[in-house]
Amino acid sequence: MTSAATRETPWRATQHRAPLLSVRDLVVHFPVRKSLFGRPRGVVRAVDGVSFDVFPGETLALVGESGCGKTTTGRAVLRLIEATSGSITFEGVDVRALGREPLRRLRRQMQIVFQDPYASLNPRMTVGAAIREGLIIHRLAEGAEAHARVRRLLDEVGLRAEHASRYPHELSGGQRQRVGIARALAVEPRFIVCDEPVSALDVSVQAQVVNLLQDLQRQRGLAYLFIAHDLSVVEHVADRIAVMYLGHIVETAPGRALYGEPLMPYTQALLSAVPVPDPTVRRARIVLAGDVPSPVDPPPGCVFNPRCHHPARDAACTKIAPPLEPKGRLSESGQDPDREHLVACIKQPPTRVSWEDQRAAGATQEPMLHQPGLRGR
Amino acid sequence: MSDALLSIHGLRTTFATDAGPARAVDGVSFAVARGETVGLVGESGCGKSVTALSILRLIDPPGRIEASSSIRFEGRELVALDEDELREVRGNRIAMIWQEPLSALNPVMTIGAQIAEVARVHSKVSRREARECAIEMLRLVGIPAPERRVDEYPHQLSGGMRQRAVIAMALVMHPALLIADEPTTALDVTIQAQILELLRDLQARLGMSILLITHDLGVVAETASRVLVMYAGEIVEEAPVLELFRAPHHPYTEGLMRAMPRVGGTSERLAVIPGSVPPPTAWPSGCRFRDRCPYAWERCEREHPPLYEAGEAHLSRCHLAVEPERRNHPHVPLAAAVGAGSGR
Repeated sequence: MTSAATRETPWRATQHRAPLLSVRDLVVHFPVRKSLFGRPRGVVRAVDGVSFDVFPGETLALVGESGCGKTTTGRAVLRLIEATSGSITFEGVDVRALGREPLRRLRRQMQIVFQDPYASLNPRMTVGAAIREGLIIHRLAEGAEAHARVRRLLDEVGLRAEHASRYPHELSGGQRQRVGIARALAVEPRFIVCDEPVSALDVSVQAQVVNLLQDLQRQRGLAYLFIAHDLSVVEHVADRIAVMYLGHIVETAPGRALYGEPLMPYTQALLSAVPVPDPTVRRARIVLAGDVPSPVDPPPGCVFNPRCHHPARDAACTKIAPPLEPKGRLSESGQDPDREHLVACIKQPPTRVSWEDQRAAGATQEPMLHQPGLRGR
Repeated sequence: MSDALLSIHGLRTTFATDAGPARAVDGVSFAVARGETVGLVGESGCGKSVTALSILRLIDPPGRIEASSSIRFEGRELVALDEDELREVRGNRIAMIWQEPLSALNPVMTIGAQIAEVARVHSKVSRREARECAIEMLRLVGIPAPERRVDEYPHQLSGGMRQRAVIAMALVMHPALLIADEPTTALDVTIQAQILELLRDLQARLGMSILLITHDLGVVAETASRVLVMYAGEIVEEAPVLELFRAPHHPYTEGLMRAMPRVGGTSERLAVIPGSVPPPTAWPSGCRFRDRCPYAWERCEREHPPLYEAGEAHLSRCHLAVEPERRNHPHVPLAAAVGAGSGR
């Protein structure tokens, strides 16, 4: 990961490789109960039909605002939350069908790093013991060998050997996140869900941890599902990005295409809202009206339609659920499936939802390309 | 500054701890002019929030504001005021909003009742007038259907609407100064854009001054006209916003700007500031940033830098101001060489 050009090279090599993780039509619904003993009164559609692949050695970022379902998706993939329906395949294994013991073995391959390292570490366990735990559980090492492995891991994440005898409260936020990473690495996984791993850290420390995650990825060939709300961090770490809104993936593309040519109106608004650390820039900002609707009662059709700023938005948007389909310059050039730019919007051409079908659903506005100026430079 | 609304000199706020006195704010001086937005920037533990709490005299034991400190506001010395006099200033002339709007709202009182209460405490108005005022304030901060929202409880509002309600409550008495401590940090980015827009708009309409405390340089760049950068209890740089971003002088400011990933940025690897902020019970001698600084030399260990002039209305607490040629010789900072929690 030294230059933009070399960043893209692995793609040429991996284009025919099978995905490490494949998620199809993932649905996670939570029942809402009116009272303690009451019957379910409805469901929170936290994740409502999400599909994506993660290829070996790559970073796929899931971005979106609170309540969009990104964290639930990450946890469902690891079966920390049980999915309602859909399939999760990891290295050809059907993750949802696994019993207790095979699932435990699989978790050696799939780890997670949490946002708040303080909450995820046992306050009464030393750093060394916390890292060693995974080694023991998975019977990877014990005794002197385990101690040596812990020392190597500490070194790898930029901590000193003496940190092994410290307790979490004796460490800074950045150091605790390094422990969280060492703990995940201890069992030598191939895939890590990074759930907002740097959101709780100060800028200067955040940069240290981001660099560490990238170094480890390169050295160990790790694949990351990187869940974050900070779009500038995501642009920096991700190979591909999937934007979530109200339980759906609404756009997915390699980083450069997504930031350079965002096509889903929600992505456009999201990117335009990021404050620019340059006072000479006044960005053409799309300020969205209102709030995100409740996932208990999502709008019919396109879930974004009540807040949409697309000039061709009309009645059809409230009836037709937009398919996630190829659009944009990248798709025109006929790219590999793992380099696709997919967008869920029937008003951004081209679309396979025909004009006849749109008209039948009450459309009055023909699809037209809408790309409000995002970077007012 | 003759037109200063707020003028702080040598503010020192200390907390007694088991490890000795923690000098959270250690000799801070600055001014806020009428109608101006000043950004106070820094990372956790730099003293920016304690500075804000000190202005409102909201420091409880074991913390205390040292007697030599001076906080002049509208011609009055706040450090010398008694509780009754303070109450007249707080919420009336100076209002404050916090990061987490839920913690500023009473969960069992309607939004309207809470805003009306502020009006009734600070001025003698009838119940009806107070309610009218609450509706008016909700309308001012852009809450739709204020006549209906006024009777809702905090949990019925979204995060963005709650922060709007908190801002409404803060502005009831038309304060001359609004202190906003990370007002958008807990909010999503599209909602943050709405709230920053609202603050800019309200300031233009009401002419108040804003002291905006944040860790986010993007928020500062878009909102403030002047910026103060804090590190280890001190102001290390002060400049007009354009000047600060065009030519940051202090190595800490420079490091912060380079460590920040930005949308549209091209850097492949983020620059890091090695090490972490020292604890407030043990600020290093000389320059407090020297262990983490890529330019530090022996003078930085020996001599605590004053705020030098580094340009037009630009101050920097760095000896580079008088030995600029040192900037041509960056090296690996001490904290990285030692390796303690450093970036790799």
